[in-house]
Amino acid sequence: MNSLIKDWTDQLFDAAETGRKLNIRGGGSKSFYGGAETGDLLDVSVNRGIVNYEPTELVVTVRAGTPLAELQAILAEKGQCLPFEPPHFGPGATVGGMVATGLSGPRRQAVGAVRDFVLGVKLLDGKGELLSFGGQVMKNVAGYDVPRLMAGSMGTLGILLEVSLKVLPLPVAEKTLRFVMSEADALEKLNLWGGRPLPVSASAWSDGALTLRLSGAEAAVAAATLKLGGEVVNAPDAFWISVREQTHAFFAADAASAAPLWRLSVPSVAPSLNLGTTLIEWGGALRWLRGGDVQLIRTAAEQVGGHATLFRGEHALKVSTGVFQPLSAPLARIHRNIKSAFDPHGVFNHGRMYPDL
Amino acid sequence: MSIDSNFSDPRFAVDREALIARLRKVLPVQALLIEDEELRPYECDGLTAFREMPLLVALPENEAQAQALVKVCYELKVPIVPRGAATGLSGGAMPHRDGVVVSLAKLKKIIKLDPVARTAVVQPGVRNLSVSEAAAPFNLYYAPDPSSQIACTIGGNVAENSGGVHCLKYGLTVHNVLRVRGITADGEIAEFGNAALDAAGYDLLALMNGSEGLLALITEVTVKLTPKPELAQVVLASFDNVTKAGDAVASIIAAGIIPAGLEMMDKKATHAVEPYVKAGYDMNAEAILLCESDGTPEEVAEEIGRMKAVLEKSGASEIRVSQNEAERLKFWAGRKAAFPAVGRVTPDYLCMDGTIPRKRLAEMLIAIADLSQKYGLRCANVFHAGDGNLHPLIMYDANQPGEVERAADFGADILELSVAFGGTVTGEHGVGVEKINVMAVQFSLSEISAFHRLKAAFDERGLLNPGKGIPTLARCREYTQTRAGAALSAPRF
Repeated sequence: MNSLIKDWTDQLFDAAETGRKLNIRGGGSKSFYGGAETGDLLDVSVNRGIVNYEPTELVVTVRAGTPLAELQAILAEKGQCLPFEPPHFGPGATVGGMVATGLSGPRRQAVGAVRDFVLGVKLLDGKGELLSFGGQVMKNVAGYDVPRLMAGSMGTLGILLEVSLKVLPLPVAEKTLRFVMSEADALEKLNLWGGRPLPVSASAWSDGALTLRLSGAEAAVAAATLKLGGEVVNAPDAFWISVREQTHAFFAADAASAAPLWRLSVPSVAPSLNLGTTLIEWGGALRWLRGGDVQLIRTAAEQVGGHATLFRGEHALKVSTGVFQPLSAPLARIHRNIKSAFDPHGVFNHGRMYPDL
Repeated sequence: MSIDSNFSDPRFAVDREALIARLRKVLPVQALLIEDEELRPYECDGLTAFREMPLLVALPENEAQAQALVKVCYELKVPIVPRGAATGLSGGAMPHRDGVVVSLAKLKKIIKLDPVARTAVVQPGVRNLSVSEAAAPFNLYYAPDPSSQIACTIGGNVAENSGGVHCLKYGLTVHNVLRVRGITADGEIAEFGNAALDAAGYDLLALMNGSEGLLALITEVTVKLTPKPELAQVVLASFDNVTKAGDAVASIIAAGIIPAGLEMMDKKATHAVEPYVKAGYDMNAEAILLCESDGTPEEVAEEIGRMKAVLEKSGASEIRVSQNEAERLKFWAGRKAAFPAVGRVTPDYLCMDGTIPRKRLAEMLIAIADLSQKYGLRCANVFHAGDGNLHPLIMYDANQPGEVERAADFGADILELSVAFGGTVTGEHGVGVEKINVMAVQFSLSEISAFHRLKAAFDERGLLNPGKGIPTLARCREYTQTRAGAALSAPRF
């Protein structure tokens, strides 16, 4: 690892001196996400391996270039998992990419997001300094919460070297139910159920059907199944993987037409936005949308108190509309300041989040 | 307690009379306190050993007044110390000699409670418990429950990223807050997070939680509400030695159980608590564990069975399960009253707040017993054992020569050991002024510098709660040298 860090530091200093940019890349599975990659490729996938895993502590420390699939297999051997079900979007997905993009899967509605499970990070910042924040314990309020800041920072603040993650036992029992209902009815039911102590761990509505997953103790899942009714879905894992990995018919159908895919993060109670064909996740709090008018989408998301991301789209559209919801002036200023606090020469992943970062 | 303070900070040269004149223009008369007898009640927070008289105290009645006040302070380069209910245990709300304490006590409205969305929008001065009380008719509650929840406010909870006895399963404040609205040091309104589950850009909401008032003055918070479990039951287990109890904690987690709460108290703690609260604890036990399960009745029955099996196997000498809600609350009442109970049996105590990996709990308890011998001071241990978060309460008498210093060294040893065990110097009470020196043990100078740059990204002039949270580099160097010297010298008795 030392020679790797030396090599990367040399590249960093050289880039800073000559005004070049570095494009940090793990498996490249999420290259499609965010602004276009620019600058010289810095391949971090070589920095792999589990540093420390103690199932009784519910914590794993792993090098950032470790393939996500490899980590998940090791956790599964001990009956544990990354509870937020991170999407891979390709076989090369790495732990570092998972943290940098901050994307979570179906179970997010029940357990929290990537950021809620990042306990510690080691990183190489833009000044060439090795920094370690957080640690291997659940409760830690010494200093600012830099580990969570790294989640979703799109690699703009430094090179992630190691990440400590909280893990949880795999659910003892699971059951998936399906209900035929309209979008409006699904939103109403999801919010109603969300307010009850039911073990709902995932939800997806599209094309007139609501699919609901229950996870937890045998007794809890059985009791909830009786309460909720619906049709039991056999072999449901394939379904939830298709939602997570966006191979589900909703995502695949229009992909050929290259219609942009929008991700709207909104309050679960936001009514149907009537902006086009939709797939709803997270108990109503996540709405996927194919195509549609950029301004209408951004305005609608903001009006209900959320934000819209151009999740997949052509380069030209990303450039003209921006990938992420524009920031208010005070937040934009703080973002620029944070970027220069960690990467004063503006070397890392320029433009992956906002054009000026 | 003697501290070398930042309070003669040469960066701030404030003309008090000019400041009063300017603040009078933006605040109603009753919202500005200037007389000594009015200022006195604000000289400390829950960490009473650290005191300082503020220059002034302001109690804005709405966000507009707060914003106007911040703008005046920005222009005149006056430090601001935000304050909620002042229950904090690390001196985060201790005044700055040249600064204005801004109490948010008058911002105490629950603006909106949406039972369908399961959120509440509240002002920072709203008490933690009153959120749960307001949500109770809808079978919802606000999950983080610090022991001070009757008094402490949501603004303070966000500033400290407060925990509680149920955060093992339900998370800390950071996991239960969707949005923070605040005023930046230069007087602008900023929103961190939103009404959705995530927001665009950097996760500034995560930074706000636990920022100890250094990044913005909080004026509004959106919290998540959680459905009340149908049933909760707690197992009370006794152990005839602390090592068995410590190991039982690791075994419960190893069995794949995530209890709703998992707390430990040693004999000194139970003996302080029992006469005070009459919780029904086993007075012969060297340590007790409180292990809670919640969920549907079926789920709880199943989980309690698994918990009991692990506790029996771990050598528990007695196991009792709460038979009704009144008994459950009684078992918890002892734990929640542990600090004041210890306060009754000693003139003074220092509360530590390190966190360590669970598997080292037993080792830490033994080390603390050794240190107790070494320094000649008693120590009661109250742990959020499931999270590895320790609250050793070091008992001393400030009127006995040398005890203050011995208590401080005892505490520093525990915190350094926490870091050496792979943990942290503070799990939930914050750094404040109390732990500012030991930050040097946990972080390198480069990391401390990065914290300062992060602070400057929000507050370039360093006006928000200066001297708290992050030590200066000079202070870090000094502390490291002093402690290195202390380690070489013999213990002082």
